[in-house]
Amino acid sequence: METLTTTDKYLDLFDEKQKEITQFDAGFVTKLREEAIASFRETGFPVRKEERYKYTHLEPVFDGELSFEFHPRDIRFDDQELFRCDVPMLDAEVLTVLNGFFHNPGGEALTQLENGIIYGSLKEAIKTHPGLVEKYLGKNAQTADESFVALNTAFSQDGIFLYVPKGAVMEKPIQIIHLLLSDKNQMVHHRNLFILEESAKAEVIICDHTLSPQMFLTNSVTEVYTGANANLDLLRLQNEHNNSCQVTNTWIKQERDSRCQHGTITLHGGMVRNNLRISMEGEGAETSALGLFLTDKMQHVDSYTVIEHHKPHCTSNQYYKGVLDDTSTGAFNGKIHVHPDAQQTEAFQTNNNILLTDTARMHTKPRLEIYADDVKCSHGATVGQLDTEALFYLQSRGIPKDESRLMLMDAFAWDVISKIQQMALVIRIKDLVGQRLRGELSRCNNCAMHCDE
Amino acid sequence: MLEIKDLKVNIEDKEILSGINLKVKAGEVHAIMGPNGSGKSTLASALAGRDYFDITEGKILYEGKDLSELSPEDRAREGIFLGFQYPVEIPGVSMVNFLRTSLNSMREYRKQEALSAGDFLKLMREKKEVVEIDSDLTNRSVNEGFSGGEKKKNEIFQMALLEPKLAILDETDSGLDIDALRIVSNGVNNLRTPENATIIITHYQRLLDYIVPDYVHVLYKGRIVKSGDKSLAKELEEHGYDWIKQEVEAKV
Repeated sequence: METLTTTDKYLDLFDEKQKEITQFDAGFVTKLREEAIASFRETGFPVRKEERYKYTHLEPVFDGELSFEFHPRDIRFDDQELFRCDVPMLDAEVLTVLNGFFHNPGGEALTQLENGIIYGSLKEAIKTHPGLVEKYLGKNAQTADESFVALNTAFSQDGIFLYVPKGAVMEKPIQIIHLLLSDKNQMVHHRNLFILEESAKAEVIICDHTLSPQMFLTNSVTEVYTGANANLDLLRLQNEHNNSCQVTNTWIKQERDSRCQHGTITLHGGMVRNNLRISMEGEGAETSALGLFLTDKMQHVDSYTVIEHHKPHCTSNQYYKGVLDDTSTGAFNGKIHVHPDAQQTEAFQTNNNILLTDTARMHTKPRLEIYADDVKCSHGATVGQLDTEALFYLQSRGIPKDESRLMLMDAFAWDVISKIQQMALVIRIKDLVGQRLRGELSRCNNCAMHCDE
Repeated sequence: MLEIKDLKVNIEDKEILSGINLKVKAGEVHAIMGPNGSGKSTLASALAGRDYFDITEGKILYEGKDLSELSPEDRAREGIFLGFQYPVEIPGVSMVNFLRTSLNSMREYRKQEALSAGDFLKLMREKKEVVEIDSDLTNRSVNEGFSGGEKKKNEIFQMALLEPKLAILDETDSGLDIDALRIVSNGVNNLRTPENATIIITHYQRLLDYIVPDYVHVLYKGRIVKSGDKSLAKELEEHGYDWIKQEVEAKV
């Protein structure tokens, strides 16, 4: 029998299920899918020897036996009762996505506020606001550039849509909770589209969770547009179980004088790959990208960032940190690309990692490509152990070694956490990270399912 | 209180301490002087429990207990305090959290109840007065951005807070201007009681004008080659270490 390549497997799946996949599509969505699958046929699944996927081998995972739902299954559960991804003191608008589909039984699929803000199901938005969605969907995330974006574009059915019109301010933060719950191993592609027009402002928190012990593979795409002078805070908290695999693709396009902060905090998850592309396409845009991961056992977390400085006077700051225990592994590959036009760019990048054992591994690779001559750019990467001098200092004051180590790790993580803008989140994440470092945080803390037991 | 018996210490196969003998009783102040590289800081580190070297021979007994069996934190909790020559900067660990964790860890060891945040802040204020330190320590990370003098004053402040039985001050005077030196010495003098003891490690006699020692020992090439009272320090100030070196060489 002829063995199928991973690329063939997904091409076949698309051919076989095309009718089902495109059943409720608007014409422009079907067209996007067809272009995406053509592009995937061209580029194929990233193979091991490809430099940017050198440390994260996703092929075996995508090759596994995984079920795939093209329509939401009727799963009854009361998310309020069963699951709380709570952030005390944060009064947020909570949107739930279950296995890739917007989940609000009996409620509205899409909410429109008086000031014109729209949020809810992307699928619904395609139906009711096709013109608006068509203008942005698939325009930023490049299928030719990233096979996982191509796969997502071809297969995804739903996700969260957020539209903040010119000058509008989304008063409450939006909290999107991605839940995975199934009785069989499952693959999920979901898609988020956030549009902030000129001078709009919003804050979005994405929480990724698993609610059952099955193997889950998530390939998500989040496309973000921030118009001129718009302001967005986007934070992702990853806390899936360690038998799951997650590929996130976040593509952010920033116009003139816009400000964006993107953060990724990874507490749990078996294999995690986070692709972040930020493209600054107007003068004076400002962006910061934060990343913090804490791994143990066999976990693997790979952060891949590309910051594109297209225009003058833009600023970017990247702070990525990792703490690796046991035999966990990690990678950071961060590129700053300053185009010839982008004079007076300020671009900074730091990546610091702590290995707690001899068996943990971290690969870090900063990449600077600078084609303008009047710029300030810097980068620094370190992989080391906890500072033994500091450890001894704490111990010499009567603080037990384990406690001293935790204090140093907390301090290390605090450097990233303290840069988050929303104070309620800072407090909550500091607490979660502290618990995680102490080994007290089970991903199931907030969940009544207890699927580990 | 402390008895060091024929202590030999190696760092990577090189002998740094070659048989130290020293007895310190409660209420006493001992000064250990000596030229650079004589092993003064290694002795301090050995007492506090650093592990980058091997004790090849000898013993350190503290209140009858063999110190080599105690971790650095347990030595501290038993009442040993090391004032660091170079206090370490620890970004991200707040001074208040550090001091409170430290003090409560000591209290737990002594089966005392943890101090509440309010009581702790009150105690901090009291102790700051005792050692005449006016630096604002809240909202700062441990030693981060502290000037040289502030770092040393901070060590004495920690000593006041933790109330050790045996304080070892490693080159606490180095890098201090005359005002800071006076504050640091007053702090040490104010904390002196008949129940505790202090070992002052220094290169210069200057500090001993402010803190009057009961005994002065000269450390040279890993041995205590001369002991005396405070007049020995004066002699060293006037004549330097050369005459001691010559005396030692002559004996060999």
